[in-house]
Amino acid sequence: MIIYFLCLVLFAIGLYCVLRKRNIIKIIVGIIISEYAANLFFILTAYRIGGRAPIFQEGVDITNMVDPLPHALVLTAIVIGLATTALLVAIAMRIYEKYGTFDITKIRELNG
Amino acid sequence: MSHEHGKGMSIIVKTITRFTVGLIFLYGIYIVLHGHVSPGGGFAGGVIIALSFVHLMLAYGKEAALKKLSKRATSILESTGAMLFLLIALLGFTGGYFFLNFINKGEPFKLFSAGIIPLCNIAIALKVGAGLFAIFVALVLLDLDSEKKE
Amino acid sequence: MIELYILLIFMIIGAIIAIQVKDLLSSVVAVGAVGLGLSIVFLILKAPDVAITQLVVEILALIILIRATLKKDLPFSPTGRWFLNTLIAIVFVGTFLTVACKAITDLPQFGYPAMRVAKIYLEKGLPMTGATNLVSSVILDFRAYDTLGEATVLFTAVIGVLTLVRKVGRKKEGKTIKEEDE
Repeated sequence: MIIYFLCLVLFAIGLYCVLRKRNIIKIIVGIIISEYAANLFFILTAYRIGGRAPIFQEGVDITNMVDPLPHALVLTAIVIGLATTALLVAIAMRIYEKYGTFDITKIRELNG
Repeated sequence: MSHEHGKGMSIIVKTITRFTVGLIFLYGIYIVLHGHVSPGGGFAGGVIIALSFVHLMLAYGKEAALKKLSKRATSILESTGAMLFLLIALLGFTGGYFFLNFINKGEPFKLFSAGIIPLCNIAIALKVGAGLFAIFVALVLLDLDSEKKE
Repeated sequence: MIELYILLIFMIIGAIIAIQVKDLLSSVVAVGAVGLGLSIVFLILKAPDVAITQLVVEILALIILIRATLKKDLPFSPTGRWFLNTLIAIVFVGTFLTVACKAITDLPQFGYPAMRVAKIYLEKGLPMTGATNLVSSVILDFRAYDTLGEATVLFTAVIGVLTLVRKVGRKKEGKTIKEEDE
């Protein structure tokens, strides 16, 4: 149970970063850390004590494998995470080009 | 500095890149083709293929990489990957339902086995590799543009 | 399992450094350390496919983030309502942690997963698909709709990025911007 708690602490650090920081790049960093924690949580629930990787071998009878379903879900989620990160970076660079800053409070002042 | 050093990084990086970039590309193709018998698959292999072109671009400057794989070619390749994946899915209707594994399964532990799974891996690798390289090229070109304006 | 705890604590320390350091480039590099640690954790947890994907995706994400932050360092300026903002964030995160800690007690014990669906995959995966890598047979045969949706999301993200950074239609007077065909 402690390992789940450490994973949640990692998620909470990312959440705190998203809530508290004002730099857009820092917010993207927080989102990335939260995403890592979510992926880690899925893989943790799939682990089995003394299990083997879900790949068959020739001539070996495998009895205890880890759960392959969360692996498949996380595999797609990682690539989607990269694409959404690139989208966020593109938006951030457009904001920098328009306002000359990454600080979200300054951006609000300029807009008002 | 001669004109040979003008674009990209130093001569050491360029020489090492000349040796390694082909190996990275081949490793990506190996990961894609053996996705159904060993760890790997279309996603990881596609990202490795994209990384080989990114490596080329970082070392030699953007002209050298865009000569190998232009922006229009990435768009076409990505659309081809998506269409190929959908086509494989639709061909399943010949036997009954969507995503039917309609090709002969073959013998396990061989390269040519598992029906449609290697074909789907190739389609996904085309899509992921071309898409991520297109994203990278777009961001790099934007960065140069905004720096030039200042 | 002691190495798992050590790696997780390393990742937590790396995450704290990443969000607290003032230099943006150092922050991005610390995120890279967290991602590479996560890749090793996946390897220990017997998920080699996910470990390979995480490793290469981490490298590409790092390159993109460094590309975005290069030569754009800004001084950190904490102005106004510092205490109130921190208090609100800590209360929110504390509430989340309390609720989540109650929720994880209902999960199955670590190391003993409830494999209701996966039992069918483990028994019939090899005869039904012929693929020896079970993860590959799950994402491309049993659950291929999921992968189709993923391809759609990736396509949408690529179109979004290409639309955001295009140059056509953004001419300013007095300057001739070279237009490239998209």
